[in-house]
Amino acid sequence: MAPAPMAPTPPTPPATGPSATSRRSRYPAGALAFPHRGLLGIGELETHEILYLLDEAEQWVALNRRPAKHVDVLAGLTIINAFFENSTRTLLSFEIAGKRLGADVVNMHAAQSSVKKGETLIDTAMTLNAMRADAIVIRHGSSGAVRLIADKVDCPVINAGDGQHEHPTQALLDALALRHALRARGREELNGLLVTICGDVRHSRVARSNILCLQALGAIVRVCAPPSLMPAGIERMGVAPTFDFDAALAGAEVVMMLRLQSERMEGQFVPSEREFRRLYGLTPERLERAAPGVIVMHPGPMNRGVEIDSTVADLAGGPHEARSIITDQVEMGVAIRMACLEVLTRRVRGVPGWGGDNAAQSGARWA
Amino acid sequence: MRQQRALTIIGGKVLTRSGLQAGGVRCVDGMIAEVGEITPHEGDQLVDAGGLLVAPGLVDYGVFAVDKPAFHFGGITRAALMPDRPPPLDHPARVRFAAQSGKPDFWVHPLAAATIGLEGERLAELALMRDAGARGVATGRRWIGDSGVMLRLMQYAAMLGLVVVAHSEDAGLIGNAAATAGEMATRLGLPSAPAEAEALAVARDIALAEMAGARLHLRQVTTSAALDLVRAAKVRGLAVTAGVTPAHFMLSDLALQDFRTFARLSPPLREEADRQAVLAAIGDGTIDLVASGHDPRGPEDKRLPFADAAPGMAGAETLLAMVLTLVRDGVIGIERAFELLARNPARLLGVEAGELRPGAEADIALVDPVRPWVVDSSRMAAAAGNTPFDRQPVEGRVTALWKGGVAVES
Repeated sequence: MAPAPMAPTPPTPPATGPSATSRRSRYPAGALAFPHRGLLGIGELETHEILYLLDEAEQWVALNRRPAKHVDVLAGLTIINAFFENSTRTLLSFEIAGKRLGADVVNMHAAQSSVKKGETLIDTAMTLNAMRADAIVIRHGSSGAVRLIADKVDCPVINAGDGQHEHPTQALLDALALRHALRARGREELNGLLVTICGDVRHSRVARSNILCLQALGAIVRVCAPPSLMPAGIERMGVAPTFDFDAALAGAEVVMMLRLQSERMEGQFVPSEREFRRLYGLTPERLERAAPGVIVMHPGPMNRGVEIDSTVADLAGGPHEARSIITDQVEMGVAIRMACLEVLTRRVRGVPGWGGDNAAQSGARWA
Repeated sequence: MRQQRALTIIGGKVLTRSGLQAGGVRCVDGMIAEVGEITPHEGDQLVDAGGLLVAPGLVDYGVFAVDKPAFHFGGITRAALMPDRPPPLDHPARVRFAAQSGKPDFWVHPLAAATIGLEGERLAELALMRDAGARGVATGRRWIGDSGVMLRLMQYAAMLGLVVVAHSEDAGLIGNAAATAGEMATRLGLPSAPAEAEALAVARDIALAEMAGARLHLRQVTTSAALDLVRAAKVRGLAVTAGVTPAHFMLSDLALQDFRTFARLSPPLREEADRQAVLAAIGDGTIDLVASGHDPRGPEDKRLPFADAAPGMAGAETLLAMVLTLVRDGVIGIERAFELLARNPARLLGVEAGELRPGAEADIALVDPVRPWVVDSSRMAAAAGNTPFDRQPVEGRVTALWKGGVAVES
């Protein structure tokens, strides 16, 4: 696959502070560009704050494509990845992101330890806090759990997925991957882009974060799922729901398939995977219904042959042909996570304009 | 503690069955002797109400804990205790113990567990528990899914003259839901169940009660569709009554914002249209009583991810003030407020209380109906401060309370 052309980036990333890309652009000064203490959900971000993170990530995309992928921006800082739910890909992505920035990264696999009960969640948070982490990345199986911990610790917290609520870095990396694919076609904006999200919407935090993120960037979002996997009141989030996959695909410029999350299902939601594939599997024939040059996405891990066929998942078209950007998504994941870690630790690193006093004076809401 | 001296309260506005009237109440031997314009007798203990409301002590139909400081703060002198306790009230000895647990200054009327362990399978010893002091039989905080068990329960309870207190949520639909299906639950990613789960359960239980000739009390009816079913059953003359807690007429599921676990209730908060339907049902008499559902829960139960937190709210202290908001908003009059809070629940319990009339127990609250205060979850009389009304300014406070003619120390 040909690498997507990049946005203009400086030859070497700056050691600290905002990148040239975002510095010269339209963002508010200093901490006002991203006045949040942590990243708990897309729902609490303004559009310009989303764009800021995307622009900040570009420098790390560039870095990650060089042979020497290491900077010392976060040297001396400790980042704890506290994963209360099993994860391979997201954990790896955060670990690489932290290490490439020069931080000391520690992984806590709480899912495998005794820390499973909700009763100890606050105690775990206090313990992590007492170890003076400079940032904590948390994944937890219950919606709202990350916010609960964030309220108890002093350092920035990044939500790496909480229950069925939000997975903000996934939505950001999807937006970044999408923007790269569109730029390869000479298109800068997502305004008016027709995106279809299909699959297990009910159990998907990826769907929720993506709906919010894509809409904030101006895209038009359709969601498609069988009735049992379509959450109630989803239309009030401003999306068009449908049960008919063919109708949902018609004219779609982007098709984002979701993983069928059998492990989250309490009771039977679909009769069989075979039947699910018949109704909602993305096959090459089905993909014909989408707009020419459709972009196929999947947050992974894929159930090949269930929600997506291998030939579609591996579709390596040119910039203007139908193509899958699933591996680009993974690549962008590291860059987005580097951007989040770098931006959120600016305060503790004393980056000018991002310090506590300055922030207070300039009215930043450290919320 | 028995009343030693006769008590005469004068100079108040007395809530009687025929409405508010100036005057007072005279109590002798723990009972109300006279109501209205009374002349104190020689040697009576005299209390001047100072123009405040002289009201019956509240009767709280359906609480989950015996928490006297909170009950007394709220002017509550009796409560029907739900059987959901560790261990459940499914044995006569436990019922007998619970019935004594509030005396002398608070009376607990236990509701017997309908089934052993509240598991919805085998009937508990209802007759023995009735003789031990149970004033009704309750399914607990869950629905009995097996209609055969429910029918036999109703038949048995009807024979024993016990009211069946049902929880109305279809278990198959609710699963592990923590919220009502809708925009809020979807945005927060919470496990949710359709509001119709309530109407389904209510429809079945009304049908079974009609078959069995049982008296059915639906402890909380919170949706428009279920209230319509209750309304229709009442028109047909069935012995069906309905209750609700203030949360369901004060709040909608918007209160779940930011995963506030103090708003995690069972049944869960509903959408705004259902809240409006509850208000209408209180106004038109479909809802017979308002209870606190008092269930104090500390941080170990509440400072958890929303779906993992225990349902329930500490409601005793705010019960009166919340119902008085309905008076201020013109939904009901003051007489109806105390019908909902005292007279109707007392009648459902079958106790001589809940109203100010000669021959009733001298459970009396002196109420300043316009005294303003602010609900503060960190400074509550209750065993825990899990109120969804934190920081809300309200009006109406109990300034003095008597149980059986004896002043309650607060």
